Amino acid sequence: MAVEVIKAGGNLSPAAPAAGGAALNARIQKRSRAHGGREFVLDLELAIPAGITILFGASGAGKTTLLDCLAGLLEADAGRIIVNHGVLFDKAAGINVPTRQRQVGYVFQDLALFPHLSVEANIRYGLAKIPADEQRRRTAAILESLRASHLASRFPREISGGERQRVALARALVTDPALLLLDEPLGGLDAPIKSAIVDDLRAWNRAHQVAILYVTHDRGEVFALGERVLVMERGRLIAQGTPQEVLNAPRQEAVAQLAGFENIFDATVDATHETQGTMTCRLAGTAVTLEAPLTHVAAGATVRLAVRAGDILLATSRPHDLSARNIIPGVVLSLEQRDFMITAQVDCGARFEVHLTPGARDSLQLHSGREVWLVLKTHSCQFVGPGT
Amino acid sequence: MDWQAFLLTVRLAVLVTGILLLLGLPIAYWITYSRRRWKFLIEAVVAMPLVLPPTVLGFYILLALGSKSPVGVWWESLTGHTLAFTFEALVIGSVIYSLPFTVQPLAAAFSTVDQKFVAASATLGASRLRTFLRIILPLSISGLMTAVALTFAHTMGEFGVVLMVGGNIPGVTRTVSIDIYDQVQATNYTSANQTALVLLAISFVALSLVYALNRRVWALWPWR
Repeated sequence: MAVEVIKAGGNLSPAAPAAGGAALNARIQKRSRAHGGREFVLDLELAIPAGITILFGASGAGKTTLLDCLAGLLEADAGRIIVNHGVLFDKAAGINVPTRQRQVGYVFQDLALFPHLSVEANIRYGLAKIPADEQRRRTAAILESLRASHLASRFPREISGGERQRVALARALVTDPALLLLDEPLGGLDAPIKSAIVDDLRAWNRAHQVAILYVTHDRGEVFALGERVLVMERGRLIAQGTPQEVLNAPRQEAVAQLAGFENIFDATVDATHETQGTMTCRLAGTAVTLEAPLTHVAAGATVRLAVRAGDILLATSRPHDLSARNIIPGVVLSLEQRDFMITAQVDCGARFEVHLTPGARDSLQLHSGREVWLVLKTHSCQFVGPGT
Repeated sequence: MDWQAFLLTVRLAVLVTGILLLLGLPIAYWITYSRRRWKFLIEAVVAMPLVLPPTVLGFYILLALGSKSPVGVWWESLTGHTLAFTFEALVIGSVIYSLPFTVQPLAAAFSTVDQKFVAASATLGASRLRTFLRIILPLSISGLMTAVALTFAHTMGEFGVVLMVGGNIPGVTRTVSIDIYDQVQATNYTSANQTALVLLAISFVALSLVYALNRRVWALWPWR
């Protein structure tokens, strides 16, 4: 599937699954006022198939608001929510199925396990309408499948964070939801525990085939889960596709920032080279020029370019005979170590952030004030939108 | 010590506490969760007995229950006797007088229950009643105990409203506080002192319980 970048306003591109084939189909508009009095508008349309779909965005992008609307905890101002052909909400038709009848499994960001009930009682809570022995059987089965049987008689405060997350997941899954909403359910967990829980979740969904919306603002988690991702910003859906597609080919600045493009520049297109498929851009207010892949802009236009700090090479003498088209001289301003990554700020007229390993720093004997050359491949320079 | 008055007072306090729990739980729930704009009016009415002189409150209750009032007329047609100056009148007066002592601790406790639990309960298919009984109430247990203790102690010790709507009929409306007043009037200080000490002890125990619960030093609830 090709990456789809959605225009503000939230119209789905034709490549999105048709309404009939999607497990969740929703169009939601919701105005709300944040504590600061700032108005927040959620306005988007989604059609997602069964399986895990990652909902990615910075804090405040509206991810939780969207989930709350889907669960019926918040009422949208306009729109429609359809899960497996069942209409849960339709403002125009006056339909608003109450939360308790929506069959939406929701794992909250802070889990919201009932503190006064044991793990078993927490899980059985959603099974009130079926006979007691069936409740026991299903509770035991879901605990077993999430490898949490030994926790049944414990209270939430007596178990670890990862165990709590399993229990919260079990409590949502045991009710056989038609739609599963996971709001950063595995935040703060170590990667091995996380992937074990996700594997269990995938195994569960092979049998159930429901749409799972998995919220995260952690880039690493998006790549680890590796499935369909929706990117949200300021209440709107701005891109969707596989993580690689969305994050590696950002054509919008918001995606670029989310995807970790540390360097974003305003630039003017000096010349376009149609036969080469490139264009020469001069960074605003500098003499620095970059060769970037050609986009549909005319010479003289202003554009924004993004470059990953990890995609830039450093050399201590002017390199020769390289395929890379951008070789820019500069001076190291500062070097900062975080874990096993060195962040270098380099002044080339424009300021670049460059990431390198401690080993590279030592063998190049880098220090602030050192003269260096930055090496950038043309395709490392991404066009992310018109300039400002 | 007038045991008749003491037992009557305990009976009154237990009855009033029971009735107020039944009334106070829905009122407190409504006050906590309602989004009506005029909610403050109900809150003000509920809190009124806190600031009104008991004689004023007692006076209006007496008027409302009197043989010329609709309530009084209805009661008379139902039971054949007037409502004022009976034990029933005492119960009604005490219920109104102690209402804030039930509703306010409950409402305060309900409002501290994290809304995430209420939301989680709804997503798990629970009705509002089930959410209230299984989640909100158990998580408000200290507020519930506070309400019970305060209501009981407050009703045990009330004087003004009781005197206004009940009078001083031995075995019917004569409570311990009125008994103490009578004993003091008759310069019977030893007897007055005995009864007063009992009330003092009950109040102290009730309030100790309230503060112990609200400082959460209580070990009865494992999730604290």
